[in-house]
Amino acid sequence: MPITVNLPTILSKLADGARVVEADASAAPTVGAVVDHLVDRYPGLGPRLRDDGGQPYPFVTFYLNDDDIRFNGGFAAAVQDGDEVTIVPAIAGG
Amino acid sequence: MGSATLAGIDATQHTPQANAPELNSDEILRYARHLLLPDVGLDGQRRLKGSRVLLIGAGGLGSPTSLYLAAAGVGTIGLVDFDVVDASNLQRQIVHGTSTLGHRKVDSARDRLRDLNPHVHVETYDAPFRATNAEEIARDYDVIVDGTDNFGTRYLTNDVSVLLGKPNVYGSIFRFEGQASVFATADGPCYRCLFPVPPPPGMVPSCAEGGVLGVLPGLIGTIQATETIKLLLGLGTSLAGRLLLVNTLDMQFRTVKVQKDPACPACGTRTITHLEEYEEYCGIPGTEPHVTIEAPLHPDEITPVELAEKLKRHDDFDLIDVREPQELAIASIPGARLIPLGSFQAAIPSLNPEREIVVMCRSGARSGQAVAALERAGFKRARNLVGGILRWSDDVDPTVVKY
Repeated sequence: MPITVNLPTILSKLADGARVVEADASAAPTVGAVVDHLVDRYPGLGPRLRDDGGQPYPFVTFYLNDDDIRFNGGFAAAVQDGDEVTIVPAIAGG
Repeated sequence: MGSATLAGIDATQHTPQANAPELNSDEILRYARHLLLPDVGLDGQRRLKGSRVLLIGAGGLGSPTSLYLAAAGVGTIGLVDFDVVDASNLQRQIVHGTSTLGHRKVDSARDRLRDLNPHVHVETYDAPFRATNAEEIARDYDVIVDGTDNFGTRYLTNDVSVLLGKPNVYGSIFRFEGQASVFATADGPCYRCLFPVPPPPGMVPSCAEGGVLGVLPGLIGTIQATETIKLLLGLGTSLAGRLLLVNTLDMQFRTVKVQKDPACPACGTRTITHLEEYEEYCGIPGTEPHVTIEAPLHPDEITPVELAEKLKRHDDFDLIDVREPQELAIASIPGARLIPLGSFQAAIPSLNPEREIVVMCRSGARSGQAVAALERAGFKRARNLVGGILRWSDDVDPTVVKY
């Protein structure tokens, strides 16, 4: 079940420079499982994507396609084949 | 046209059409290409002239935004900035110039905007935007443009926009990526709906640490200027409820939805009823340590002069540089081991808690965080090089480049 994950450049260096990563969510079809898969592959991403309790941070927003998962069950939001997950960190530069 | 609504905003509520000033013959010539545009025309141009836009920050984003808003004939432009023009600004802050190096940014920008369009009135606030002055400064403007460079001022700008009921035209940049949106419209979401809580200090590098592609604020700032003019004229569909993500490396523009959060303390439950100081969120550049010689040293701090003496004596200690590899190529202190702050926590087990450790960076801010992490891990002999490479260059070795 391939899901496309779009990483911001700030995180791509922790994923060997990849800005788009395919993740498999066969184990559990949720955004959380996609993140697990991603972190298995690139452990350095772990602490940047979820807190000590395994939950998303309030300053890193996950989009499933165009929707903020915070309003759709968080990491439990269901994914389907072909979905896109976009990770948007808060940035402050001006 | 005047009654056009976009995402629940009625532009007329911000700029009363009835009081829109007349244009003189010079202005009619100057704005001819707007006057020919069916959706702007004479009415729209008069409305722009009667409009007041406040720009928080006259830096990377504020530069293109202020230039285009002035050129477009927005009648009153407010500029808030407490900084001075530095040579390292000019790679992207195009409202300033070599001739205004060292000038107050608000003065430098005002002079440039006046030259570009003498019909525009520029109001300057040479002060940090703070909880104590934000409402007073922002009260008389129609639209607020967020061109700040730190989380504290971004949350403050958002909250004052929500409290005063004024649209907040948001833009933010980092390295090769940018974000833009419109917050705090009548029914739209706000910045806190998107990011309820700012990251802890040190989790996200600032522009000063992370670098930024010089043209990127040009892209994002001109989007902010476009959204501002659309709001003032009631044209088209604004970015309210959407976040525009710009990635210059792949040259991809993507929009995602920003939902209004009913639990948002600012625009949802409205539990935020007054402004508070937000500085603790993050080191605010400009207020970051410009430590003077007279400043009393904490036991876990060391001055560049002391460090130079230790190096000369060949004292037995570890010198650790927590900057990024590309910064090392610009300026360095010999003998330092590079552990970028982002991987510092993971590297702590490789360090010896019994040894004396001196940690350094560019200004002393990042190394201060690293020393705090060492202290939390039980290290008793870790010290921060106060003022970093910048003060090393001032006090010890002027051949080391400041950046």
